[in-house]
Amino acid sequence: MVNLESLYQELILDHYKNPLNKGLASDSSVSVHHVNPSCGDEVDLNLIVAGQQIVSVTWDGVGCSISQASTSVLSDLVRGKSAPEALRIIEAFSEVMASKGSNGGDPDLLGDAVAFAGVSRYPARIKCALLGWMALKDAMVQAKVIG
Amino acid sequence: MSLDVAKIKRDFPLLSRKVRHDLPLLYLDSGATSQKPIKVIEAESDFYRFHNSAVHRGAHLIAEEATDIYEGARAKIAHFIGAESVDEVIFTKSATESINLLAYSLGQARPNSPVSLKPGDSIVVSELEHHANLIPWQELAKRTGASLRWFPATEDGRLDLREIEQIIDSSTKIVALTHQSNVTGAITPLSSLLDRAKAVGAITVIDACQSVPHFPVDVQKLGIDFLAFSGHKMVGPTGIGLLWGRKSLLEELPPFLFGGSMVTSVSMSDATFAPVPRKFEAGVPNMAGAAGLGAAVDYLQSIGMDAIHNHELSLTEYALAKLQEIEGLTLIGPGESSDRGAVFSFTLDGIHPHDVGQALDDRGIAVRTGHHCAWPLMKKFGITGTTRATFYLYNSLEDVDRLVEGIDETQRFFTSRGL
Repeated sequence: MVNLESLYQELILDHYKNPLNKGLASDSSVSVHHVNPSCGDEVDLNLIVAGQQIVSVTWDGVGCSISQASTSVLSDLVRGKSAPEALRIIEAFSEVMASKGSNGGDPDLLGDAVAFAGVSRYPARIKCALLGWMALKDAMVQAKVIG
Repeated sequence: MSLDVAKIKRDFPLLSRKVRHDLPLLYLDSGATSQKPIKVIEAESDFYRFHNSAVHRGAHLIAEEATDIYEGARAKIAHFIGAESVDEVIFTKSATESINLLAYSLGQARPNSPVSLKPGDSIVVSELEHHANLIPWQELAKRTGASLRWFPATEDGRLDLREIEQIIDSSTKIVALTHQSNVTGAITPLSSLLDRAKAVGAITVIDACQSVPHFPVDVQKLGIDFLAFSGHKMVGPTGIGLLWGRKSLLEELPPFLFGGSMVTSVSMSDATFAPVPRKFEAGVPNMAGAAGLGAAVDYLQSIGMDAIHNHELSLTEYALAKLQEIEGLTLIGPGESSDRGAVFSFTLDGIHPHDVGQALDDRGIAVRTGHHCAWPLMKKFGITGTTRATFYLYNSLEDVDRLVEGIDETQRFFTSRGL
C-alpha cells in the first residue's frame, strides 16, 4: 500500500520549497505557457538552445508541490544535454508516469526525477508531474531541435 | 428537526465502501455529484430489466409502460418544482445542455419576437457563475451582438448588488444567475433581482444545480422564467438534466435539436414542430435516466425537502464554527450561515489545494480541489483553486469532525516537512 510519505518524498518537498531555475531568464530561444485546465496550475518556461544543445531552462509557475517540484527537477536535469538526450529523458519519465507504479525509472537516466515514480499510482496527479515536462517538449519542438 | 443520518446512509450502497488503507469512505463531494440510493439504482435497472421500449412510439404493451414511466417522471419533476403545467418540463442530458438549449434557441428566435436579441441589448450574469452558466451566454452575446455584463462578487463570495440599477437596465433582455454558488455556497437573494429584471422586461434564467437538490424550490413562487438543473446532483442518475420554462416563452422559442419525435408533419422540404415539451426532445430520450430521476424525486420527498434543508443548515452552522477556528485556514465564502448552503471552499496557508485533497484522500475523505469550473471567480480572489467540501442529507455532524481532524493532520503532515 502506497502511503502519503512515499508520495511526498523529502526530495519533492525540498524542490517545492527551494525550486531550481525558477524565475524566467530575460532572453530565450523559445517561451511557452502551459496550463493544466483541470486544476488551473500554470507554468511559463523559457528555453535557451545553442545548436542542438540545451543551454538553460528557466521557468515560473503556480501549482501544487508535484507540478512545481517536477519542473524544478527537470530544469536541472536537462541543462547541458543535447536535444535528443533530453527527449529520451522526457519519454522515459512519461513511461514511468504511465506505468501505474510498475516502473520505478532508471536513476542513471532520470536522476532525481525517479522520486516521482509514486505519482504514477495516482492517475489524477500524473498531469501535475508532467506539466513542466510537456511544456519543455513543446518548447523543443518550437525551437526546432526535435521533430 | 434532524434527520436519521445513519438510516439514510444505509440507503446509499456506495457510502459503505472502504477506500485507501481500508478506511471507511467519507464522501464530501456531493456538489460535484451526489451518491444514489438503492431505489434510484433499482428504478434505472428495472427499466431495462422489465420496461425497456421506445417511448411515444411502439404499438405494444411494453412501449405503453415505458411511456408511463417517462411521462410519470416528468409529472413528478413538475410537481416537485411547482410548475404550472407538466408541459413546461423538458428532459435534457444535463443542466449544461439545458442552458445551451436555451441560449441557442434564444439566439434563433424570430427577429421581432419578445425573446430575440440584437446589438445594443445586454445579457447579465455574475462572477459567481459556473462555466455552464457563463460560456453559453458569452457565445450568445457574440452571435447576436448583445453585450455581456456581470455582477461582481463580494469579498465573502456573495453577489455584489450595489450597482443593480446600472447592471440591469432597459437594454437588458436576459438575467442568468446561479441560485447557489457551487464554490462559496452563497444563495442568491432573488427577490430584488427579479423585481429589477421584471421592471426592465428581462427574462430570468436560474441555474438551480446547487439549490433544487438541497432546499424547496417553487418556480411559481419565485416568479422566474427558466430553471435549469441536473439529475445527478439530486440523488438521481447521470445523463439526465432538466429545463423548466414558462409555457408561453417555450412556445415562442424555436427547437434546438431536430429529428424524430419532435414533429407534427414532415415533407421533403419542410417540417412543423410538436407542441412543448416534445419539440425540444428530438430523438429517443434517456428513458432509464428519467425512471431513475422519478425515483430520486420520490426519495427526496419521502425525506422532505424542508427536513433536508434544516439538516444542512445545522451542518452549516456547525462546520462554519469548526472550520473558522482552524489556524491557517481561509474560508472562501460567507462566514455566517444565513443564505448559504453546506458548501465549504477553503485554502490552507502554504499548502496547495491539490496537495490538501491528496492528503485528505489518504485519510478516506473525498473532496474536490481546483477551480470548480468557476475560473473567473478564482482569478477575482487571486487564487488558482480551493479545496471544497460539500455536504448532503447523508452527512452528519461527525463527518464535520472527521473533516476538521483530516485538515489538522494535513497541516501537521506538511508543516512537519517544512511547508
